[in-house]
Amino acid sequence: MLGLADWRAGGLPTQGTAPLVQRVSDATRPDVPTCDVDELLGEARRRTYDAGWDECIVIDCDGIVVGRLRNQAWEADDAGSVEEVMESGPTTVRPDGLLQRLVDRMSKRDTKLVVVTTPQGNLIGVVVREEADRLLTGEPAEQIWRDCEGCPGQWVPKT
Amino acid sequence: MVTSIDRTELQRLIDKENAQVIDVLPEREYTESHIPGAISIPLRRLNAETVSVLGRDKPVVVY
Repeated sequence: MLGLADWRAGGLPTQGTAPLVQRVSDATRPDVPTCDVDELLGEARRRTYDAGWDECIVIDCDGIVVGRLRNQAWEADDAGSVEEVMESGPTTVRPDGLLQRLVDRMSKRDTKLVVVTTPQGNLIGVVVREEADRLLTGEPAEQIWRDCEGCPGQWVPKT
Repeated sequence: MVTSIDRTELQRLIDKENAQVIDVLPEREYTESHIPGAISIPLRRLNAETVSVLGRDKPVVVY
């Protein structure tokens, strides 16, 4: 395991005296669809829509984020490759950043979703602004992410 | 035998196999924040005596 930061990045609970400041990891969901650069766009679109998303994060064979597929990219030819239409080098954030600060920046830029990675660029998940807003207003994580395996609030330690 | 595991595997070991989780970070950091149920054995104090509290019949995970 990468350590405590990785644990937190999964939105998993911790114990201790540290003040309860919400971090990016508290709102990071790991279930975003991923695509390969060599994948056919039609297949990537089908999988992404079937999973209930309208965006796919493109990763390489090491799990490093290399792009995003969204919006007009989906309108390209099905037979084309993901790499041809993806947005390369997307903006990413780290899991230990302050969640409120991130949401404020996302609101200012009207950003709906941001990608969360390790410092090395390995995909951890995404933060959806609408969900992060709900968490920041006090809604319980297990209520925001009800049917999402691995999402914040879905694992409770045995006591 | 030492094996690296990911977060999902750690959750499984805790839930299904009562894994013993050891935090080897300095005590101050353990006090501020640690994985629920983890016990603190700072790296500089890791020796045969301090680990004697661990059971031999359950997995041990160190972070």
